[in-house]
Amino acid sequence: MTTPEPTWALPMQLGALDPGPSFVDLLRRVAPDHLSGAAGTSAGPPFEITHGTTVVAIRFAGGVVMAGDRRATAGYTIANRRIEKVLPADEHSGIAIAGAAGPAVEMARLFQVQLRHYEKVEGEGLSLEGKANQLAQMVRANLPAAMQGFVVVPLFAGYDRRRDCGRVFSFDAAGGKYEEADFQANGSGGVHARNWIKSGWVETLAADQAIALAIRSLFAAADEDVATGGPDLVRGIYPNVALIDAEGFRSMDDDEVATRAQALLGGAERGGNETTGGEPRVEGGAE
Amino acid sequence: MSMPFYVSPEQLMKDRADYARKGIARGRSLVALECTAGVVIVAENPSRTLFKISEIYDRIAFAGVGKYNEFQSLKIGGVRLADLKGYQYSPEDVTANSLANAYAQTLGQVFTHEMKPYEVEILVASVGATPEEPDELFHILYDGTVMDEEGYTVLGGQAEAVAEALAAEYQPGLDLGAAVRLGAKVLGADHDASPPADQLEVALLDRARPERAFRRIKGEELETLLSDS
Repeated sequence: MTTPEPTWALPMQLGALDPGPSFVDLLRRVAPDHLSGAAGTSAGPPFEITHGTTVVAIRFAGGVVMAGDRRATAGYTIANRRIEKVLPADEHSGIAIAGAAGPAVEMARLFQVQLRHYEKVEGEGLSLEGKANQLAQMVRANLPAAMQGFVVVPLFAGYDRRRDCGRVFSFDAAGGKYEEADFQANGSGGVHARNWIKSGWVETLAADQAIALAIRSLFAAADEDVATGGPDLVRGIYPNVALIDAEGFRSMDDDEVATRAQALLGGAERGGNETTGGEPRVEGGAE
Repeated sequence: MSMPFYVSPEQLMKDRADYARKGIARGRSLVALECTAGVVIVAENPSRTLFKISEIYDRIAFAGVGKYNEFQSLKIGGVRLADLKGYQYSPEDVTANSLANAYAQTLGQVFTHEMKPYEVEILVASVGATPEEPDELFHILYDGTVMDEEGYTVLGGQAEAVAEALAAEYQPGLDLGAAVRLGAKVLGADHDASPPADQLEVALLDRARPERAFRRIKGEELETLLSDS
């Protein structure tokens, strides 16, 4: 059934098993080795897996903001200080990865190709719901690997051009897809980030406020969770932030995030409470 | 047992070529021109949904004339090959050159081995990211013949007459509007009058766009470009 064919041949008519507009099915057909899968044992890996940690997605009036901290950990080691967890899925949606970093990055790459491939073959892109379902299938296909410890739980968010609104989807390791009403956070610091967002989210949030809320929620997560990277003033490392609205997906550049992040630094992390518009309650308060 | 009639290989190939050429000649022509904005492809096509021009990869476009279902399946084959290569290696490793070779192999195989040859001519075009990086136009015939063209190329039934009209006026360094108008004009009646905008399919491999260079020029934008002078 899966006879690998030489990859230089034009894969035009593949008979009864023609993959249609699906790149994943095409890959399964002509190059199955490139699809990741389980190694065949049920025991966890005998080494520490690199994990990406906290990511958030927040809906606001005109779209969605996605953000992620920059740390990847392997056990108690910092595996990477500058990993990028918020990636474009296509022109109007983004994927934020959390969980085992290797399979997660690969899944995001496959997802990007899958969306574009569908669009080119069919002449028209998938609906936002269709994209979320595609991602759910990929997460489900990863279930055997998840059983061995390589869990991947992405967030998917985008601007739905048919409904003119931002939408946020989360997934569980078994491939369940859940649409979130307003926001979601995932990863080891996800609980702390989510609680922070919950206390500040309102329906009338503007883009700038949503960005500030996303950055602050990651700082809050970093404050409580060792695996989440906080703002690194020495190296100049700040979260990745992406804005998705009617105009499409835009990654915010590092300098702009740095400026916004620094403006928010005087708050809760220094005094424990943000009551005076970002000013620390007690100068030089507890660190 | 009856003996089949002997047909010389020369005759067999000639018959096949005539068959393919006749099929292609029934369709309308298509032109591609290099210009400052990128590579412009103009086709006469009254349909709004059945396209002759499509995106293959980030900086590569495909166009076909002749039998729709045949160039459509060639297009899908190209998209598949390009996406596989880009995924297995890197987007930078997907080149128009290797795609054109794959197409030539496939069309050559079909021409000699299948019941009937494909009645198509296709174009694989790629745009350089900077003016120094050259654009590429590969014109591939029904039998797998590849021609590496410079500046412009014409596909389809009345190719010779259209090419003659185009050669008389084409010059390097045209801007987008001039290229679209010239392409449309040579496709029209007596190669001297542009068909109306709703009879044209126009696409641009936009040099200035990062990553995905392909975009369609249609509606108001096309009408504005055609009416300017």
